[in-house]
Amino acid sequence: MAKAKFEIPELQEYLDIPEIEPGTMAHSKPYVAKPVFQIPLGFPGELVDNWQEKALDKMGDLLGKYRSLRVFLDSCVKCGACTDKCHYFLSTKDPKNMPVARQDLLRKVYRRYFTLAGKFFPKLVGAEDLTKEVLDDWYSYFHQCSQCRRCSVFCPYGIDTAEISMAAREIMDSIGVGQKYCNEIIGKVYTIGNNLGLPGRALADTLEGLEEDVYDETGVDVKFPLDQKGADILVVTPSADFFAEPHVDGLIGYAKVFHAAGVSWTLSTTASEAANFGMFIGSYENMRKVSLRVRQAALELGVKRIVFGECGHAWRVAYAFLNTLAGPFDFLDPNYPVPQHILEFTYNEIQKGTLNLDKSVNDDMVLTFHDSCNIARATRMGDKPGGQFEIPRAVIKAVCNNFVDMEPETIHDLTYCCGGGGGLLTDDLMELRVKGAQPRMTALRNVIEEQGVTHMAAICAICKSQFTKVLPYYGMDMDQIVSVHQLVSNAIILTGQRTEGDETE
Amino acid sequence: MSFLTIAFALLFYAATAILLAGLAYKIFRFAKTPSPLKIATTPAPVTETGVVLRMFREVVFFESLFRGSKWTWTFGWVFHMGLLVVLIRHLRYVTDPVWGPIALIQPFGVYAGFAMVAGLGGLWARRFLVDRVRYISAPSDHLILILLILIGVSGLTMKFIAHTDVVAVKQFFMGLMTFSWSPLPADFFLVIHLLLVAFLMIIFPYSKLLHAPGVFFSPTRNQVDNPREKRHIAAWARKLEEQ
Repeated sequence: MAKAKFEIPELQEYLDIPEIEPGTMAHSKPYVAKPVFQIPLGFPGELVDNWQEKALDKMGDLLGKYRSLRVFLDSCVKCGACTDKCHYFLSTKDPKNMPVARQDLLRKVYRRYFTLAGKFFPKLVGAEDLTKEVLDDWYSYFHQCSQCRRCSVFCPYGIDTAEISMAAREIMDSIGVGQKYCNEIIGKVYTIGNNLGLPGRALADTLEGLEEDVYDETGVDVKFPLDQKGADILVVTPSADFFAEPHVDGLIGYAKVFHAAGVSWTLSTTASEAANFGMFIGSYENMRKVSLRVRQAALELGVKRIVFGECGHAWRVAYAFLNTLAGPFDFLDPNYPVPQHILEFTYNEIQKGTLNLDKSVNDDMVLTFHDSCNIARATRMGDKPGGQFEIPRAVIKAVCNNFVDMEPETIHDLTYCCGGGGGLLTDDLMELRVKGAQPRMTALRNVIEEQGVTHMAAICAICKSQFTKVLPYYGMDMDQIVSVHQLVSNAIILTGQRTEGDETE
Repeated sequence: MSFLTIAFALLFYAATAILLAGLAYKIFRFAKTPSPLKIATTPAPVTETGVVLRMFREVVFFESLFRGSKWTWTFGWVFHMGLLVVLIRHLRYVTDPVWGPIALIQPFGVYAGFAMVAGLGGLWARRFLVDRVRYISAPSDHLILILLILIGVSGLTMKFIAHTDVVAVKQFFMGLMTFSWSPLPADFFLVIHLLLVAFLMIIFPYSKLLHAPGVFFSPTRNQVDNPREKRHIAAWARKLEEQ
């Protein structure tokens, strides 16, 4: 069991809706970004002198740019349908982690300065002045939202707290109060090309190492091409895939699938990162700038298609926003969606029968699948609504004999966040991350105990990193989290691959 | 012409003007503000027809709320449907001759009035009984429920206990519409009822009652899930491309 300075929730069979306990997480806040991380993103280095005025100007600006913000701030009736839906509320009991209460931190200021009722009768409608205390609350609680959109599923008006927390973070950035984790990482993408700050040379070495590993294991010369001009497919994947566990096993899976399918593909140093933390901080400009690297890489390399690797929010930006931010992609092959998800690619190859799969290789595992929040509630795979649930499961079932789902209210579009999404995957928020994982851990433990599940597959770099870190707090093993393409990698038998009997050379 | 008649005539002209102008302004602002990104809550329909159906289920059956909270859905749906029937029933006070179907639903309108008040009572009870809902309730959230309950109760009182001269009431409202005013009966419950209704009309565009037009403009519910097929871009975002 990992050491912790806070109480780790005890898993019960059912997750009860707790009584509220005000202030339990008021102390939780991530490190504030220093000027060196703020300025490259176009934000003031530190809290500006006339910050109230600037914050309200920014709020007005965003109200004119985002219909979501305007409609959501005006429409909430405080019905309470969202109050018991957030994993952070369920696990921390802090009422400000109820989606509506989190929104109200911003809404009460909106009402005070932008509505007649709030200007004349603030007390009556719960409007409040923008004070330093309110700003502190914003910083704390808008960094306790993983923008997972679970609340938006249940709202009769579709109010999405993610939109509100993005706007709040954008306002805070604009007055010099940024979050170190996200802003430092976005800076690294601009200067080095990826979140982990892995320079091109190191990336090439890593990929060479992977080629050797796969050759040693299979005897097949599977390539991990980098910056290969004229390749058909540009693969953009989270940089964690290059060396973190279990992410890298997924990357090996992509390479084997491409190899078996006989297509030419390449990674790119220009776009060596699928993640786009510009979304987390609600900055259209930064999200666009990060996205344009993908367009630039596709043009530089002259590819025909773009495929994204396993990553949740990256797939949201890719699927839902890329065409807007960096399109039009009329220079790519119109016969394929732009972009495609690696699971769509693998699924199609399975349907075509190009992959030689031996499911029994994965017989030592009983799998379950964690729907990543951004993929489940903000994107699609394939042609039909819900393909984002069906395709990953179809791929897992094609490569594994033993698969069971977790409880219905914790999967598909009702899935719980891993607890580390939305720019919160940082050690300075460890208490929040461990607690926030409780609903998912509860469902996982139930299938472990009742159905003999041994492993949980995921398709998001953040989910994988978060679970790897958090599982031990709940008495589980970090190796129990696997990549979906790791399962594919295990099961795939490449032409010319050594079988177990030949291993004595 | 009594002071009461003049006061209420002016009040209803003002309330109607504020309601219509205020709503028109708010709807104009909703419509004019762009949605720069595709943010439909998925799984979402992939066609326009699908979106119309999704919105229909949301507006008529409160589909999302049903998934979210069965109690709130029950009270909320009963209240809203009750209110709808009651409003339709009240059309007989402002139309002449009264359209057949409206005449037919008159008896149901009375039950709907009880259903409406019962639904409101349930919603109000939740604001006291459920600690989470108590926490998020501002005074205005209670007051709007009280306002609606009083409108319902004063209306039912006139139907069952203290009758008013409905023919004269109808003449008053028909008169307002033709600018040939008729006297309003000076009955206590009628005065209360109309006063509260006028107040509701006035606060509508400036309160959370904006959820009514708001739902139609909610991007998570009204967008087609086709970002890969069709490029979606807002005017202000296109300007960034021209830089």
